[in-house]
Amino acid sequence: MKTTNGMTRRGVLKSAAAAVGGAAIGSGAITGFPTIWAQNIKNITLRQMGTGVSNLNDVAEKCKQDTGITLQMTALDSDAVTQRAITQPNSYDIADIEYWICKKVYPRNVLQPMDTKKLKYFDQIVPIFTTGKLTPESHIAQGTAPHTVGFVEGQSSTKFAKAPTEWFTLVPTIYNADTLGIRPDLVGRPITSWKDLADPAFKGKASILNIPSIGIMDAAMCSEALGLATYGDKGNMTRAEIDKTMAVMTDLKKQGQFRAFWKSFDESVNLMVSGEVVIQSMWSPAVAAVRSKGIACTYQPLKEGYRSWGGGLGLARHLKGIERDAAYEYINWYLSGWVGAYLNRQGYYSAVLSTAKAHMEPYEWAFWMEGKPAEKDIMSPQGKLMEKAGTVRDGGSFYDRMGHVACWNSVMDQDKYMVSKWNEFIAA
Amino acid sequence: MSSTVITAAPTGAADDRVKGGRRRFAAFLPYLQSLPLWLVMGVFLLIPIATIVAVSFWDDQEYALVPTFILDNYRDALSSRVTWDTYLSTIRYAVIVWAATLAIGFTVAYFLAFHVRSTLWQMVLFQLCAIPFLTSNIIRMISWIPFLGRNGLINQTLIDLHLTDHPLEFLLFSPFAVVLAFVHLYTLFMVVPIFNTMMRIDRALVEAARDAGAGPLSVLRHVIVPLSLPGMSIGTIFVVTLVMGDFVTVQMMSGGQSASVGLLMKNEISLLQYPSAAAHAVVLLVTVLLMVWAILRVVDIRKEL
Repeated sequence: MKTTNGMTRRGVLKSAAAAVGGAAIGSGAITGFPTIWAQNIKNITLRQMGTGVSNLNDVAEKCKQDTGITLQMTALDSDAVTQRAITQPNSYDIADIEYWICKKVYPRNVLQPMDTKKLKYFDQIVPIFTTGKLTPESHIAQGTAPHTVGFVEGQSSTKFAKAPTEWFTLVPTIYNADTLGIRPDLVGRPITSWKDLADPAFKGKASILNIPSIGIMDAAMCSEALGLATYGDKGNMTRAEIDKTMAVMTDLKKQGQFRAFWKSFDESVNLMVSGEVVIQSMWSPAVAAVRSKGIACTYQPLKEGYRSWGGGLGLARHLKGIERDAAYEYINWYLSGWVGAYLNRQGYYSAVLSTAKAHMEPYEWAFWMEGKPAEKDIMSPQGKLMEKAGTVRDGGSFYDRMGHVACWNSVMDQDKYMVSKWNEFIAA
Repeated sequence: MSSTVITAAPTGAADDRVKGGRRRFAAFLPYLQSLPLWLVMGVFLLIPIATIVAVSFWDDQEYALVPTFILDNYRDALSSRVTWDTYLSTIRYAVIVWAATLAIGFTVAYFLAFHVRSTLWQMVLFQLCAIPFLTSNIIRMISWIPFLGRNGLINQTLIDLHLTDHPLEFLLFSPFAVVLAFVHLYTLFMVVPIFNTMMRIDRALVEAARDAGAGPLSVLRHVIVPLSLPGMSIGTIFVVTLVMGDFVTVQMMSGGQSASVGLLMKNEISLLQYPSAAAHAVVLLVTVLLMVWAILRVVDIRKEL
């Protein structure tokens, strides 16, 4: 019953999309002739919704060119994505979600795992996403580390597997290591630790982000560095740990340490550009945006390590037949290098390094991935100047940055409690 | 059955019946004429509010809304200290903004109505007040930020004039900034109704008061203020309801450091906790209706108009 319902709804959506997009040839062919899939993949439309790579129209255009598959992208914020993934599972074919969202969404049986044998580049995926260890020596960071929600026990299972299996939940697309952004010209001393966020020297000139699930991590990194709190797992705090962290932050707030709390990307850029704030939580494109205005801004590596995040593509549970084949085709294309190079050039990281490298100039690879001084000016994928020749990437190489992750963005068991405490902190 | 009765009845009685039907139809006609309004109000006001009230009693479990009847949402909302603090701070904003907009709005309206003699100039100046309101209120709000900031125009000027040696931090991302933005945004809502009622005041009353020996101040106190009360209360209702329901001004101008009832609800919605957001919405609605009721108790707008 459910499937029929879903199919009809899909049919309606499809014909609507076809009427608008002019992809009418495809919709007729889908139902009748399962044997000639290969040709028909070219006419398939996949509906992708999500947070990260779903914002990149360039990817959809290139995908159409290379594979013939039409991608309909819908970009939403993480709360809306979570809600839609769970409550309207037939409204999308591919979910582009972060790993901590996966932890919330996957157990609801709205996604299906991918068969690793059908993923052409599975063996080359960065091991963070499979074994959890970037190099055999690395130790596993706290929080919702991607590999902990990367596999399920079987095709119909919704239970995360402890060790890699054949069934992969999300194919990683984009990830990065976040830290504090600073105005090197205004802080007046070297910044080395998360505790510098609470330094009285920066009273009224510090900021953290007001998105509870991420803000709490930055707050915990800071409290721990100050020696005022200790944690079993910063990504899954106990009530007592949450109370302690919020008490430290509330004290700081009452002392006037914070100038503002930011909620959106542009707010964080403006706070930094105007000099209202000299040290704050930041995202790497925001640092690039500040620099592009000619203002010095450093994405400062800190001794306690980075707070990392990552996202990937998952298949909707309702996908089958030719559409599922098209989805595999799209994902294999995704990992084949062009997108990887595109993401790496924006300062993010891609899942399969070898293919991305083949699509990048050696000097670009050396700058972004090896932490070497830029031989030439570094351009963004849109051809805008990002870094002048001679600069070195903040934090250095891929292994220096991703090898020093202290904690992954996560969802806690005490999520609701944490959010209510966070609201108290904002109202305090 | 009834048709036999009619045919059996004498013709005169049937005529009466038809007339009675017409009369009844005539009595019913006004209701029919007001039907479009009822439909609009029903679809866009009553049904949504009824839905909010209904959802406020629902339960939510991990992203699923469970239609049931529980009072937990209200109990949680009303027993939390955050709620009380937030209401307190929102009401404080409302009172301060109300006082400031009333003072400014009354002065501006008074000047326009009684000091500008030519109708043409009255209209020109009145339009001038309204022109900034043709732009988006978010733009008007954001434009304060570079003005008030640490390296903003005001601080630069104060430092250049040697009035202060370090920038004044309280100007931006503070309660002061929130109130300033509110006053800027909402003063027009005070000016318009007050100006409107003042224009209706019979000028002969002012002259009579003067002839009876009243000075300018007592004319203002005993004639103009009482007669402008309806305008002031309409303006008050506008300003109070707008401030009580706001979330974006408080968020932007306080730099996310201050809470408001609207923001509280927005946070809950973004966490998909619709039932508790609905409960907060109902509590806010009741609070605002009580405030409006109190205002109407002081001034009977309908009678005054």
